[in-house]
Amino acid sequence: MLAPGALYLAIFFLIPIGYMFYTSLQSGFIGDFHFNWHFVNYPNAVKQYGYIYVRSLVYAGIVTVLALVLAYPVAYWIAFFGGRRKSVFLFLLLLPFFVSFIIRTVQWQFLLKDDGLILGPLKRIGLLPDNYHVLGTSIAVIAGITYNFLPFTALPLYVALERIDKGLVEAGKDLYAGRFTTFRKVVWPLALPGVFAAFLLTFVPAVGDYVNASILGGPGNTMIGNVIQTTFLTNFDYPIAAAMSFILMAALLVGATIYARVLGTEDVTAGAASG
Amino acid sequence: MSSTPVYAAGAGAAADNPAGSPPETKSNKRWTRFILPTYTTVFILYLIVPIAVMIVFAFNTPVGRYNIKWEHASLDAWRDLFSFPDLSSSLKLTLEVAFLATIFSTILGTFVGLALGRYRFRGAGAMNFVIFLAIASPEIVLGSSMLTMFVNARIPQGFITILLAHTMFCVSFVAITVRARVSGMDKALEEAAGDLGADPRTTFFKVTLPVIMPGVIAGALLAFALSIDDYVITNFVAGSKTTFPLWVYGATRQGIPVQVNVMGTLLFSFGILIVLAQLMASRMRARGDQKRLAQDKARLAAAATS
Repeated sequence: MLAPGALYLAIFFLIPIGYMFYTSLQSGFIGDFHFNWHFVNYPNAVKQYGYIYVRSLVYAGIVTVLALVLAYPVAYWIAFFGGRRKSVFLFLLLLPFFVSFIIRTVQWQFLLKDDGLILGPLKRIGLLPDNYHVLGTSIAVIAGITYNFLPFTALPLYVALERIDKGLVEAGKDLYAGRFTTFRKVVWPLALPGVFAAFLLTFVPAVGDYVNASILGGPGNTMIGNVIQTTFLTNFDYPIAAAMSFILMAALLVGATIYARVLGTEDVTAGAASG
Repeated sequence: MSSTPVYAAGAGAAADNPAGSPPETKSNKRWTRFILPTYTTVFILYLIVPIAVMIVFAFNTPVGRYNIKWEHASLDAWRDLFSFPDLSSSLKLTLEVAFLATIFSTILGTFVGLALGRYRFRGAGAMNFVIFLAIASPEIVLGSSMLTMFVNARIPQGFITILLAHTMFCVSFVAITVRARVSGMDKALEEAAGDLGADPRTTFFKVTLPVIMPGVIAGALLAFALSIDDYVITNFVAGSKTTFPLWVYGATRQGIPVQVNVMGTLLFSFGILIVLAQLMASRMRARGDQKRLAQDKARLAAAATS
């Protein structure tokens, strides 16, 4: 019963990763690569693009913290005070998913233009200097990624907060804990798995994202995804590209595996499923 | 999924309160109680801003070819929806892929979800872990690794490779959606069917499948939505083919024609309609159940009094 699906995932998820490792140890010229344990691709990739890995991790880190801080109060309010309209609010949170990811990003490019709907009026009334721009800066890239992944952050938070036994919060109040103390001692620790799941579901895709960087960013905001994509699809330099992709995967999957060992996979898949 | 029945009288009252106000305490009368609802509203507005812009500018009539500045409202782009032949064919390709990938991944994923939600078996842990990894991996890794496989195995990239890749990333999402539904299912139902003499096949089609159907439909809708929206993985395995997201991305260099906004608006409305229809259907089913329950009760009462 399980076999066809399991086989499918093996063929198109696990075996390709093996192929990627195999490709990363090849060398030669474009169109004529051969396998010869060419491990030096790895140090070469790190030497050449190490700073871009770091930049991607920093961007993704800022995005994740921002998204958690922005989404937590909303998830909290909907879970505890959404009442009968909970599902309506949840539906509204999911609205961006009904519009293509690329189109959403293109709309932000349109909104954030130098004389666009946001900056234009602010410049005309003199709140911003005329040469001020957002596009092509790290602010635009971080804001874009944050926007695009916010629902991925909000959902697991909501799932975890919703699951909390409201009687425990009542009990906290009965025991004369103030609102803040109840939150800190009851709600926060109980919903912590949701925070970790939200972290994982936001941070990992954010590190690998390159759509925002290429539509909203400039040459100074290149992320590792852009480099991998260009090296694969424009330069056709498969071995070094495979090595870069493998490094990215190894770093993130080691993190994810530790996460799964310590916290289990339930919260992540539950959060993803509710999307 | 919440497990509050034991001592949640107060919380239940709060949850049933349509205004969503917390139980009356002194602190709630202060102005601070408006902070969270206001913030939530602003947050949701922020999420909706680009969607609203997309819809409004679908009615724009730009002077040149591209949708850059608001000129005046018209339905021109709606009338000339197919005036970009390659845009239309990319949308057609996207819908074809999404349709087939949804069917394949729903069949494969439903069985995986059923097995994982129902049975304890050797390898279940490993399977759960592989699904977790497939969901937690960045798309660029999934896409580029499949590309290396296709290149090394000398499989030409095109429609088939796009379909194979889309089915792959949809299977895991269908599986977890179905698994969630299956693990919430009452096992006694199937046992009862067996006790009444149904063979496993009949039990599956008459009992199990109808019960998990909402999960299967939710998984299929999710798969469809993921497939039509995918850019990153498709970009790696598409070869010379262009799907809708790929076309839009390519157009960002010069500017986006209004037709993209129109198609985006149509897809958006279509998605909303499907969700609303599903919601209505489940409401109606619930209402029908209640009605039947009331009738049964009335009949019982009548029988008892006569």
